Amino acid sequence: MAAEDFLDWLRREGRIVIVGASLAGLRAAETLRAEGFAGSLTMIGDEPYEPYDRPPLSKAVLLGKASPHHTELPRRREIDAKWRLGVAATGLDMGAKRVRLADGDEVEYDRLLIATGVRARPWPKEAEAQLDGVFVLRTRDDAVGLHRRLKASPRRVFVIGAGFTGSEIASACREHGIEVTVAERAGAPLVGALGGVVGAVAAELHRDNGVDLRTGVMVTALEGDTVGRVRAAHLSDGSVIETDLVVVSLGATRNTDWLAGSGLGAGPRGIACDAGCRAFDFRGIVTDDIFVAGDVARSPHPLFGYQFLSLEHWGNAITQAEIAAHNMISASAERRPHMWVPAFWSSQFGVNIKSVGVPSMGDQIMITQGSLAERRFIGVYGYQGRVIAAVSFDNTRWLEFYQRLIETAAPFPVEFPTVDRRPEGRQPIPSDFPDPSLPTHGPTVTLSGYSPSDRHLVFTPARH
Amino acid sequence: MTHASLLRRITDYANRANPYPLYTELRKTPVLHEEDGGPYLVSSYWDIENLLHDPRISSDAANLAAAGADEAGGIEQTGLPPSFIRLDPPEHDRLRRIANRSFGPPHSPRRIDSMRGELAEIVSGLIDGLADAQQIDLVDQFAYPFPVTVICRLLGVPREDEPRFRAWVDPLVASLDPDTSGNDTERKRAAQEARMQLGMYLAGLVEQRQKEPRDDMLSELVTSHGPDGPMTMMEVLSTAVLLLIAGHETTVNLITNGMLTLLRHPEILQRLREDPGLAVNIVEELLRYEPPVQLVPQRTCIADIEVRGVTIPKGSRIWLVLAAGNRDPERFQDPDRFDPDRSDIQHLGFGSGIHSCFGAPLARLETQIALTELARRLDNPRLVEDPPPYRQNAVLRGPRHLNIGMDGVRP
Amino acid sequence: MRLVVDLNKCQGYAQCAFLAPDVFAMHGEESLVYNPRAEEELREKLAHAVAACPVQAITAEGPAGPGHTPGEPGQERSDGR
Repeated sequence: MAAEDFLDWLRREGRIVIVGASLAGLRAAETLRAEGFAGSLTMIGDEPYEPYDRPPLSKAVLLGKASPHHTELPRRREIDAKWRLGVAATGLDMGAKRVRLADGDEVEYDRLLIATGVRARPWPKEAEAQLDGVFVLRTRDDAVGLHRRLKASPRRVFVIGAGFTGSEIASACREHGIEVTVAERAGAPLVGALGGVVGAVAAELHRDNGVDLRTGVMVTALEGDTVGRVRAAHLSDGSVIETDLVVVSLGATRNTDWLAGSGLGAGPRGIACDAGCRAFDFRGIVTDDIFVAGDVARSPHPLFGYQFLSLEHWGNAITQAEIAAHNMISASAERRPHMWVPAFWSSQFGVNIKSVGVPSMGDQIMITQGSLAERRFIGVYGYQGRVIAAVSFDNTRWLEFYQRLIETAAPFPVEFPTVDRRPEGRQPIPSDFPDPSLPTHGPTVTLSGYSPSDRHLVFTPARH
Repeated sequence: MTHASLLRRITDYANRANPYPLYTELRKTPVLHEEDGGPYLVSSYWDIENLLHDPRISSDAANLAAAGADEAGGIEQTGLPPSFIRLDPPEHDRLRRIANRSFGPPHSPRRIDSMRGELAEIVSGLIDGLADAQQIDLVDQFAYPFPVTVICRLLGVPREDEPRFRAWVDPLVASLDPDTSGNDTERKRAAQEARMQLGMYLAGLVEQRQKEPRDDMLSELVTSHGPDGPMTMMEVLSTAVLLLIAGHETTVNLITNGMLTLLRHPEILQRLREDPGLAVNIVEELLRYEPPVQLVPQRTCIADIEVRGVTIPKGSRIWLVLAAGNRDPERFQDPDRFDPDRSDIQHLGFGSGIHSCFGAPLARLETQIALTELARRLDNPRLVEDPPPYRQNAVLRGPRHLNIGMDGVRP
Repeated sequence: MRLVVDLNKCQGYAQCAFLAPDVFAMHGEESLVYNPRAEEELREKLAHAVAACPVQAITAEGPAGPGHTPGEPGQERSDGR
């Protein structure tokens, strides 16, 4: 069959399977239908729920503004799919074009989209992780359980890891008047994502809001009582924190285990794909029938030296899903590259934190507007003489300007004056990111090397 | 030059009724600079949107004065400091945050929402008063008194004082009209005097509220003690002057432009009559199609900036022509068509960025309720003259009178 | 009614929190928190909020929209029928 005939056939009556029924999977399905795909569509998800939104689980839900049972994503359109929910995919046969399911079933595809995302990294000591009162927060079930326990007025909550999720949980606890201790291995919260200069501001935010923040310490053990409930946490400085609720916020692990041995270029850092979202096999050869989108993907980005980026970003999941879906049913010349500028937000202690670009690439930072001391500012990150990222604390209306600086590789240091430029922002200072080889909570952007088969990785992400 | 510059034609009163062909011409030169020392006019959607978020663009009155606009020196003489609309961060942000404490979320989340019933009552009362007339002037009988009543109640200004403060508001608003003749010292002086008088009038009210606070914004402005601390008395007065004026002048035009547009599009007026829900999109489309603030003439750049390959030198005045951007064919399909069914109406009608319209939610509600009720109750309304006579102002553009013939008022 | 806000787009103009305060709230000066499942009787106010958002960041399911066809846990089914 000629290529165009195949595409016609595919669009008319082909079989598309999407593994991963969350944000990326849903938006991809909607895009496929919107672009005229009329064949069969199967959505496979390991959770028993239709696609729901995760960011509210650590924000609106914990603040009591939303129910953990009801964050289902609105549908942009009818997608007329077969839903296989509550059944995980367990294997992939690339030759036979089949996905194996946990219930023994197999589903055949003509085109496959993998959007299996990430899962919360559990507490590494399994017996301690099993203690009653030890939680992670990633899924709806996690949120239901944690929400219930927070409502039961725990004497103290102990959060391991002061990344975005850990900080948001601590913030919600304080909002409810619950005592909370946060332990972070690095010198300050958020340092993995935003560096030490901004991390120092985050640390003040924690402390001013009554968080018992412990930095530069590791949690050595979680201790249970006789009936298996957690009762204390032991820290590397010898201190013991009594607690009846522990939330482990140590970042995420990519859901690629099910692809082991499949021959796909999938590993703990994600699934490598080209700019058009086509997955690479383990030899570094691009496939033409397997596509990747969302948190599980790692793809090259022209703005960042074509390094492969893994982005745990809500907006990336949507954009990449739309691109992948379009490319799945389009001829080569019609395909589009995924060139989304990384962007994320967090809301904690009443402060709106947003970022564009890849802060962790920046070795220097300048405060171009506002003031660190006032916790309202824009910080611009520089890398090799250009603007590579920006972060805002309660200053989001300016951020799109800085995104344009990133997109145009504007020079760094930033020479021009701005409204609200203070003396502190006139000189760049080291952005103070921790040595990437030290384990800390996960950055939300991970630089993961130049190509799937490249042995000279410039950055080995934490804990992989 | 054989004919007047585009800038002068835009500000020329002769073109007030329909400036849109001039804006089309203007967009052909996205950054237009016609005279030495004159402003740079920016007219396409994306450029305006970008500049509204550009931290090298200043709203500070002092920078404007330095750029050659004759005003800030005089304002200082009146003793009343610039309001937050004429300031940059951090002062702008602090004053706007304090003002917002008594107006909107997070501290007063229901203030505007809770006024819905009151707004509807005022509108009903005004329309009841039109009964038996065969012809009305929508401006004087409805579009002006309605928002004035609302802002008076919200601030705590006695409604019956309207004739008094109107005498000060009119010269102040007139001074916002950019004068291109280069000879407006007298006008500026009158405006400063009026601003001072209005400030002194409000000072009397504020003094009362300090002693006996009520449930109004003036009381909250003087008693506010949030994390930003209190405003100084002078800051309270300049903020109150701003809110009183901005709180009604633009809404008058939005409502009047709205009714004029609906009368020119009777099929949409009929649809609104049958489906009040359409008012939401009608108002958004109006803000695109006939924005009450046509342009923002009060910005300067504090660095050399490049827009579309044109370098605008540091210290230049910049006019952001919102109404031209709103009809930019690069942004909107069929931009000269009034179409409330558009799926994309991301207009510049309220500006954008840190100076985006403070009173936008109130203006929206007022206009939605006003247009819905006018559509429902006026029996067979029709334009007596088209175009109607316009106000002088090129910035705050709208009809001075809108004479409407009708067969009566429905209950 | 389900809704979602693209908080990358959101710039904290708070128009939604003014117009539909039972669904949207500001947490601090600039952070938006919202209930992704709004009560049916708030449909009209929600429509106001969607239209007023200066950055068009709110997606809500319309009255005629899909989304009333939740997947049944663990079962194979087609939606919309």
